[in-house]
Amino acid sequence: MQSTLRPHPEERPQCAPRGKRDGDAVVSAAGGAPPVVELRGVTKRFASGVAALDGVDLAVGRGEFLSLLGPSGCGKSTLLRIVAGLTPVTGGVCHVRPGEGDQSTAGAVGFVFQDPTLMPWATVAKNVELPLRIAGRVGHEERERVAASLRAVGLAGFERAYPRQLSGGMRMRASIARALVTEPELLLLDEPFAALDEITRMQLNDDLLRLWETRRPTVLFVTHSVFESAYLSTRIAVMAPRPGRIAADLAVTLPQPRQRTLRTSPEYAALCERVSLALADAMEQHSL
Amino acid sequence: MIERLPRILAPLAIGIAFLIGWEAAVRLSGTPPYILPAPSAVAASLWMDGPSLLGSLLVTLRITLAALAAAALIGGAIALLFSRSRILEVSLFPYAVILQVTPIVAIAPLIIIWVRQPFLALLVCAWIVAFFPIVSNTTLGLNSADRNLAALFRLYGASPGQTLRLLRMPTALPYFLAGLRISGGLALIGAVVAEFVAGTGGAETGLAFRILEAGYRLAIPRLFAALFLLSLTGIVIYLALDLLSRALLRHWHESALNEEE
Repeated sequence: MQSTLRPHPEERPQCAPRGKRDGDAVVSAAGGAPPVVELRGVTKRFASGVAALDGVDLAVGRGEFLSLLGPSGCGKSTLLRIVAGLTPVTGGVCHVRPGEGDQSTAGAVGFVFQDPTLMPWATVAKNVELPLRIAGRVGHEERERVAASLRAVGLAGFERAYPRQLSGGMRMRASIARALVTEPELLLLDEPFAALDEITRMQLNDDLLRLWETRRPTVLFVTHSVFESAYLSTRIAVMAPRPGRIAADLAVTLPQPRQRTLRTSPEYAALCERVSLALADAMEQHSL
Repeated sequence: MIERLPRILAPLAIGIAFLIGWEAAVRLSGTPPYILPAPSAVAASLWMDGPSLLGSLLVTLRITLAALAAAALIGGAIALLFSRSRILEVSLFPYAVILQVTPIVAIAPLIIIWVRQPFLALLVCAWIVAFFPIVSNTTLGLNSADRNLAALFRLYGASPGQTLRLLRMPTALPYFLAGLRISGGLALIGAVVAEFVAGTGGAETGLAFRILEAGYRLAIPRLFAALFLLSLTGIVIYLALDLLSRALLRHWHESALNEEE
């Protein structure tokens, strides 16, 4: 088999970052400014005929932390790949405007996969440096940014380690550092903590929140954990499967910044209850 | 893990036991040396004819190493070409397979007729035997890049050249080295087979011809001595390539890691 490296003509990213805004834009939760991510009637049908997404409308405003919550196979990862421009849509439009204005540069979007997806032959520093290296020459300033990014995720001192020498949680931190190194306006995370143990996961939840609070990028976070989505997000889009669609869109009004004590508070419990109900509703509609 | 010492000593002990058994069997049964020489007779011959055999070994070794180098360079280049163009791969790969499955003994006479220069003729024969594992392994490796990493390269707008250099070539390196290890042995076999077909082929005579010659003269101990040198060469080539592979992959590839790491 040939690899997927050479883009097939039809596989060009359809998410033209500076696409013109035709028609009326979906109202953004952030108010007047144009949404960073805007999907209208997005449909995705795979070659096998399976409808992964059907008529998805979604607008994500600048600085929002949106969780896409749903069971396996509801198309949430597909949705994220569409936003990243890695998968073409079969219907509808997807606009992504990560930068101020309609300008977009490589590196304005960061992506974190469920697996750390590090190059095993390269050190942690070389892995984190990759986006900068692709963009051009790596000099003093770039090395500084790599170091800063590693500090931000708590991996300072591990520059010369190889991925195999790190624990699962540290590998995921390296993966996040790589996504942060270009200081992206839009950060896409595809179930990044799903494979980690509960303790590491809670730690990384808090670390991710601190990173978001510092730089305030727009975040799309795919998860199948009700608790994780409730703890992290400013907004939760609940998805239903077959075909994948957004069944509920819930604003989260828990106080900022989020603290660990929140996990035991009644407001948090009530929110989790609400989200769980919305999820159960979505599943029920599907089974009817 | 087996401790380091037994790992060397165990096969050595088996080998020594085998030689003692062989020596005893030959002496006790009174087998003449032109049927089966005792190890001591082979050792004596190795001592006597050693210098001249080593000279012949050098001739064979030169062909082997040149063929291996050509196989690595041209094989790697063909694999790169295949990975660049699917059409090229589809249209040329069957012919590489044909070249691989055709017995070298059958085409060596033709090559020796066509290529007048003896060294070059032998080199071509050995190359034909050796290049295929490198082409097929490296092609596979170049196409085995992690899908998500490839997606990441696309996301950051990497050029095809960058993707090749930073992602596909490092991915392919262990595959290439595995191919190289197979090719090392094959290059030696190819060189020997070609020498068998070519005969003396001029002033310089390789080890294969010495084996033939010893056979005609019923100098069986010398034949065994030459055989021994040949296997030793094969083992050394394999070990050297294994060492190279470990040195290049020691930081990251499972095949080159110590177990406690």
